[in-house]
Amino acid sequence: MSATDIHDPNRRDFLYVATGMAAVVGAGAVAWPFIDQMRPDASTLALASVEVDVSSLQPGSSLIVKWRGKPVVVRNRTEKEMKDGEAVNLADLKDPIARNANLPADAPATDANRTTPGKEAWMVMVQVCTHLGCIPLGQEGDFGGWFCPCHGSQYDTAGRIRKGPAPENMAIPVFKFISDTKILIG
Amino acid sequence: MSEGHSTYTPKTGIERWFDARMPLPRLIYDSFVAYPVPRNLNYMWTFGGILSIMLASQILTGIVLAMHYTSDTNLAFDSVEKIMRDVNSGWLLRYLHSNGASFFFVAVYIHIFRGLFYGSYKAPRELLWILGCIIYLLMMATGFMGYVLPWGQMSFWGATVITGFFSAIPLVGNWIQQLLLGGFAVDDPTLNRFFALHYLLPFMIAGVVVLHIWALHVVGQSNPTGIEVKSKTDTVAFTPYATIKDAFGMIVFLFFFAYFVFYLPNYLGHPDNYTVANPLKTPAHIVPEWYFLPFYAILRAITFNIGPINSKLGGVLCMFGAIAMLFLVPWLDTSKVRSAVYRPWYKLFFWLFVADAILLGWLGSQPAEGAYVFMAQMATLFYFAFFLVVMPVLGLIETPRRLPNSITEAVLEKNKGGSGHPAGATAAPETKG
Repeated sequence: MSATDIHDPNRRDFLYVATGMAAVVGAGAVAWPFIDQMRPDASTLALASVEVDVSSLQPGSSLIVKWRGKPVVVRNRTEKEMKDGEAVNLADLKDPIARNANLPADAPATDANRTTPGKEAWMVMVQVCTHLGCIPLGQEGDFGGWFCPCHGSQYDTAGRIRKGPAPENMAIPVFKFISDTKILIG
Repeated sequence: MSEGHSTYTPKTGIERWFDARMPLPRLIYDSFVAYPVPRNLNYMWTFGGILSIMLASQILTGIVLAMHYTSDTNLAFDSVEKIMRDVNSGWLLRYLHSNGASFFFVAVYIHIFRGLFYGSYKAPRELLWILGCIIYLLMMATGFMGYVLPWGQMSFWGATVITGFFSAIPLVGNWIQQLLLGGFAVDDPTLNRFFALHYLLPFMIAGVVVLHIWALHVVGQSNPTGIEVKSKTDTVAFTPYATIKDAFGMIVFLFFFAYFVFYLPNYLGHPDNYTVANPLKTPAHIVPEWYFLPFYAILRAITFNIGPINSKLGGVLCMFGAIAMLFLVPWLDTSKVRSAVYRPWYKLFFWLFVADAILLGWLGSQPAEGAYVFMAQMATLFYFAFFLVVMPVLGLIETPRRLPNSITEAVLEKNKGGSGHPAGATAAPETKG
């Protein structure tokens, strides 16, 4: 069949298009499982909640629990740490959003919004630097909060990013006090 | 310099039999015996051969190590210690492999800087250069994943930081990061897939090396003058001239390599990697392997937001951009003259660039605080300025020195009034008229 022939689409054209379509759909269908298997598997996705007993935490002390493979810090802040956190002008913050999973997504990053009502002394936070995932060191750096040794990000006493390459405040997971001394994370 | 015709003549019956069916002996003869190379190649041109044996050595030691290694987070660290203590000659094979990676990078950096100095990337060698850049990228991926396998503290946190780069990508970043990790943090699925890929990538490197050599044999080697081969007197046969020079270069290089393997086996490593990985504790000071340090310094130098790009994405973009610069070099350099030998200003900036790369490497090993951050920012600025400003502008305004008419003339000029006696002529056949 030459290119100058003018025909309605015939059986041969149909076969070309059908073969091409089958090849494209087939290639996609074969490729997907190879990509899909890379994603987190069922055992990794299985949601875990952890219950933490915080009765032993005096002001100025913290403990770390592992939740979803990541460390979550529970800190009973000192009076000074709370005052420092409240004294911060919101305009000075690099990330003005609270990043608190218990609040609306656009809540401002006030010290109160970084904690839970009535328990303002307590910081419960995924202690993973929002830059590249290192674990910041507690109570270090220029702002008395957290300091990431990897690339020098500095967080204040409410875990808000103040200086360095990290873009966001450290994340606050879903949690609640189930009693005065017990926290449920997740 | 591509030879359209073959000078191979099969001599024995077996050779004739092969030549009529699959002319492999002809390919080998034409590529590695009769192949003409510029007569003025210096020792900087031996690193291609050195890199080939380093790749072969890494694959050989790697396959053997894989027979003793277990890629399970509970067993990986101990299996490496078992290789060091229990497996016969295991300590030697592992030190050869771990130091071999470093020396592979030593050789590749010399090879890349040689290309930048002598303008080896200029037409018609752009594709040859880009294939080299692809090999370099694959080497970095392989080196990074290999460093994760011993499952020490630096393995774990290096993997966390580097996979964290991908989370900087807007919208799909977290999805891609989880795809790489197979979870929310570096864990068992990550280690297993890194092991599989670490085993695969060297063979992909070998494949691209074949393309690299193919492209090289089409356009021919560049040379220190940067002048194309014009006549037969400009070249010598690959064997014995280049073969013996490459062999000597390899032996000297392996000498340094062996010194590190036997006397300083852990000098290029990090003591923290002899501590088993702990997901809850970041070492006080994370550093990647030395061969990534300049890029690491660039990553950390971006501590400020640039318009809508936050500092994290900016750092990652600059780091990948630093490597992307290499791919663009053939089109960034506007000079008509290849070799820095005839470009006084480019030569100066080239050495400043070498110094800048070394400075960035040193800064990458220092903590990210105080004056170091500012120095890294300045060094990063110069790094990009070298490619984006110096290379294009210098080619337009620089007056190059007079070029010789041919390679032969350059060689003879250099040796003018030189050896009149036959002993000298035999000792340096490349200077014979």
